[in-house]
Amino acid sequence: MFSSNKIILEAKNISKYFGTITALENVNLSVREGECLGVVGDNGAGKSTLMKVLSGLYKPSKGELFFNGNKEVLDSPRDSQNLGLEMVYQDLALAGNLPIGENIFLGREPTKNLGFLKILDYKKIKEMSEAHLDKLKIHVKSADQKVEELSGGQRQAIAIARATAFNSKLVIMDEPTAALAIKEVGKVLDLINGLKKIGVSVIIISHRMDDIFAVCDRVTALFQGTNFAEAELSKTSRDEVIGWIMGKK
Amino acid sequence: MIENKETKKESLFLKAIPYFDKYGILLLLLLMIIGLHLLQPEVFLSWRNVTNVFKQISWQSMLALGVFIVIVTAGIDLSVGSIMMLSLMVLAITSKAGAPWYVVVLIPLVIGMFCGMFNGLGITILRMPHPFIMTLGTLYIFRGTGNLISGGVPISGFTEEVRLLGNGRIDLTWLGLKESQYLPVSVVLIAIVFFLMWAFLNHTRTGKWIYAIGGNPNAARAAGINVNKILVIVYSLCGLLAGFGALILAGRADSGYPNAGLNAELDAIAACIIGGASFFGGRGTVLGVFAGVMIMGILRNGLNLNDVSAFWQQVLIGSIIVIAVYVDVLRKDLGTRK
Repeated sequence: MFSSNKIILEAKNISKYFGTITALENVNLSVREGECLGVVGDNGAGKSTLMKVLSGLYKPSKGELFFNGNKEVLDSPRDSQNLGLEMVYQDLALAGNLPIGENIFLGREPTKNLGFLKILDYKKIKEMSEAHLDKLKIHVKSADQKVEELSGGQRQAIAIARATAFNSKLVIMDEPTAALAIKEVGKVLDLINGLKKIGVSVIIISHRMDDIFAVCDRVTALFQGTNFAEAELSKTSRDEVIGWIMGKK
Repeated sequence: MIENKETKKESLFLKAIPYFDKYGILLLLLLMIIGLHLLQPEVFLSWRNVTNVFKQISWQSMLALGVFIVIVTAGIDLSVGSIMMLSLMVLAITSKAGAPWYVVVLIPLVIGMFCGMFNGLGITILRMPHPFIMTLGTLYIFRGTGNLISGGVPISGFTEEVRLLGNGRIDLTWLGLKESQYLPVSVVLIAIVFFLMWAFLNHTRTGKWIYAIGGNPNAARAAGINVNKILVIVYSLCGLLAGFGALILAGRADSGYPNAGLNAELDAIAACIIGGASFFGGRGTVLGVFAGVMIMGILRNGLNLNDVSAFWQQVLIGSIIVIAVYVDVLRKDLGTRK
């Protein structure tokens, strides 16, 4: 076990309604420091809605969010980022025409002063991103390589590196292995295990039992917008989790 | 052994790709210059002809540079020719009304910037499905407005200060050169504006974000970049450069005339494409745009010197566009992973 007992994110009684549609009803969820929580559920179970509530993209209709024990109201993803929560989107959200380093720092580029002008500090971008990639044991030829020259697994790794570059405490990943070749899945899973070792918590949404059972410490299942079942990974089995997804206990 | 040599050769070839990517267009420009020099050794590289080429491309290069930053965001601006014409007409009218020279000089820049901002706001706030549509509309709107305010007739005769950028000469006799060997002010202006744009695009955050938006607007949004704000800035800047073009043209032509900048947007787009900018956004360099403008300018000049008909010029420029883009397609096959 890498995780401590400190709870870094807790969602209490979250409900989300879109007009007359109930997407989430009284959902609870908590993540401990350095823990990997797997969220499973069929399409429409409310996984993505819940993640969007956690990241501040949606405001919950009811319920409360606690970061490190403090109640927080999120108005935008920027708020959750400032609290140390980052999303890795399914489409990765990388600019292929820019080098790796500039993607990692996109929107938050370090600058230096040239007289009264602020100009980009390319040296710092390269050094900081290479140090960060080293820390995560992500191997690329150089941080100057363009993202479009990378394989799918390498791009996923860069997206994860981007999400963790600013001392984030919790990373939410939406289907991180869905678009990858089989031999690259293992590398991404290793990377997730590496994040846990440096104390970063991970929430991973996945349909692949192999992924869940390779990296998660705990798994929780949503069914029709409600908490359905939850267990420590050591106390459950693949067949049971697959049953939860289909609504059987 | 033989195999080793082969792979070495191949890797050298692969290593050369980025350089070819960056400077290949300059190579083409150099070859053209050498070719035309051999055809017309007396005239082509003479002081008079070279400065002539620069004077001819001066206002076109401003339009091309403006369209270029728009193309980098994966957009397009069809209205630059009309923006230039409207700015020129307003300049002519203010000049005729007897306004002081600094007002006459500033007004086309302000008008150009507001026209560009109008495009940018239309694309972002009115959520036009594609910049093509918004700027196609303003192509007609701006030219029509220019004709309305001027009555569709030329207005001529500007003061010396107004004509300085387009027609001014920097005397070089102190370098021991002859009096005819002067430096046109417009050459210096091109150099300054292109350098500033290069610095802006490559060394500021806003410039980097312009490339990021062209590469993947969703990535830019996810990174917290205000994409709409940047787009309005980009279109305004494009309009400002068209206003600069108007100011230079005013100096060269000494007249505001209704046909100014007609079809100039197509020349500007062509120069960007020849210079290696990608229509899909995120790719292209300021140096490339300069080379693209020079290639078109030199081609026209060289063909004129060699008495080739203007119709052949059209065919040749069209062919160069197609060939340049095909070379880009080949490069992509080699350079990126599939």
